[in-house]
Amino acid sequence: MSLERFINQAISSWMSAEGPDADIILSSRIRLARNINQYKFPILFTNDEAKSVIQKIQVIMDDSSFSKLGKMEILLMDELQPLQKRVLMEKHLISPHLAENASFGACLLSENEELSVMINEEDHIRIQCLYPGFQLLEALAMANEVDDWLEEKIDYAFDEGIGYLTSCPTNVGTGLRASVMMHLPGLILTQQMNRIIPAINQLGLVVRGIYGEGSEALGNIFQVSNQMTLGKSESDIVEDLISVVSQLISQERSAREALVKSSNIQLEDRVFRSFGTLSNSRIIESKEAAKCLSDVRLGIDMGYLKGLSKNILNELMILTQPGFLQQYAGGPLRPHERDIRRATLIRERLKMENQ
Amino acid sequence: MICEECNQRPASLHFTKIINGEKAEYHLCEKCAQEKGDMFITNGATGFSINNLLAGLLNMNPTIQKHEQDSFQKENIVQCDQCSMTFQQFIKLGRFGCANCYKAFGDQLTPILRRLHSGNSSHNGKIPARIGGSLHLKKNIEQLKHQLKEIISKEEFEKAAQIRDEIRLLESQLNTNHEGGK
Repeated sequence: MSLERFINQAISSWMSAEGPDADIILSSRIRLARNINQYKFPILFTNDEAKSVIQKIQVIMDDSSFSKLGKMEILLMDELQPLQKRVLMEKHLISPHLAENASFGACLLSENEELSVMINEEDHIRIQCLYPGFQLLEALAMANEVDDWLEEKIDYAFDEGIGYLTSCPTNVGTGLRASVMMHLPGLILTQQMNRIIPAINQLGLVVRGIYGEGSEALGNIFQVSNQMTLGKSESDIVEDLISVVSQLISQERSAREALVKSSNIQLEDRVFRSFGTLSNSRIIESKEAAKCLSDVRLGIDMGYLKGLSKNILNELMILTQPGFLQQYAGGPLRPHERDIRRATLIRERLKMENQ
Repeated sequence: MICEECNQRPASLHFTKIINGEKAEYHLCEKCAQEKGDMFITNGATGFSINNLLAGLLNMNPTIQKHEQDSFQKENIVQCDQCSMTFQQFIKLGRFGCANCYKAFGDQLTPILRRLHSGNSSHNGKIPARIGGSLHLKKNIEQLKHQLKEIISKEEFEKAAQIRDEIRLLESQLNTNHEGGK
């Protein structure tokens, strides 16, 4: 398969690097957790209940398609190869839990991959909308529409007092998790991030690395999301996140300006060195690749590097993950082989830019 | 030092837990530590997940600790009658077995929810359109009643009369809904 075709197939709409504040916000995500009344939660349910959950969703799809997002497709986890699941996970369309553990797990996916509904994950239904750039309100509106569409046919587990009932008590109430993926090289280079993270935590928000809980902030990419789901309305939760993220955006912008003023040549050097590494290396580990991609993206945003498309960071951060590399190679690779394959893929992708 | 749980065996494991700035020290023997569950097993190899953190947080609940002491001899198990998960299992797993668990564990949950959600224990967000029909009305009535109080305190009686009529209309709708539902 040619690289161009492979990339075209691999790209989801959220990686396009378009949308508001796309220089800092890579993507916005809304997730709603829902359960079906009278069914035990996935942690305890029987195989029959699990199958019946999937059937319910299939019936809804056959009855009244949700036309707004075009064609939709149900993927059954049991029918996918481990590598295919890994690729979906690296694209953030399914969770590691659904890929690895869920019995009778499934995923309902829209054509442009902006909507994915995980079935039989920790909760029966998890609606996820993933948009490029800073579009939390748009993603919330879409998630709500999908929620209403499903609720026409499904009796949700809902309590007047404490809202939507979820398997984990940290999700009860709205079942809403709103998050943004941010590229914050300026705040890291000016060493402000360590100071900012505790302040954000105090506001009831969580900051994590790119692949969620416990993961490192590879490539200066951070995920900021709400912690609490009970007591505030959905729009208040999202508005609160938006106001904190907006402040982070302006902090990041001024950090970048300050860097250009105080150490212009050092920054330019850093950008071009990283560009050199990416365009020339024959072996590259994911950590180094992430660091260089971050530098190059900063270089593009600050105007040091011209003629390169902005979505290089978004795309290559995902495409250079182990699952994608192995899919591109057409078979399993050992870690050392992956590093070689990663370097090749990045070089070829950069060559496509120059044509 | 003697284990503070069984007061028999020597304490061989010592933990300091800091949650929200509150420091607590534990001195346990190996046996009691195992019984206390995952939170005290500190083998670095089995990574520390959000589950462990959550279970630890739930275990910190003072009402539960008190409950454990009270029921030292007599077994007093709170169990969900739908999925048969016990409260103890819930504490250990950090997950409910079914929607009914929320009812079954009832009052014991409120302090836990407060702790997890910055002091909140009641829902203020979306209500499902179909099954939550009468709930929408109830919330509306509540809001109007609140408005009514404010307006009366401002002595705008004409407006107050309007709102009072609106409340009556909604309440009669609520009543017919209820009768229709039965």
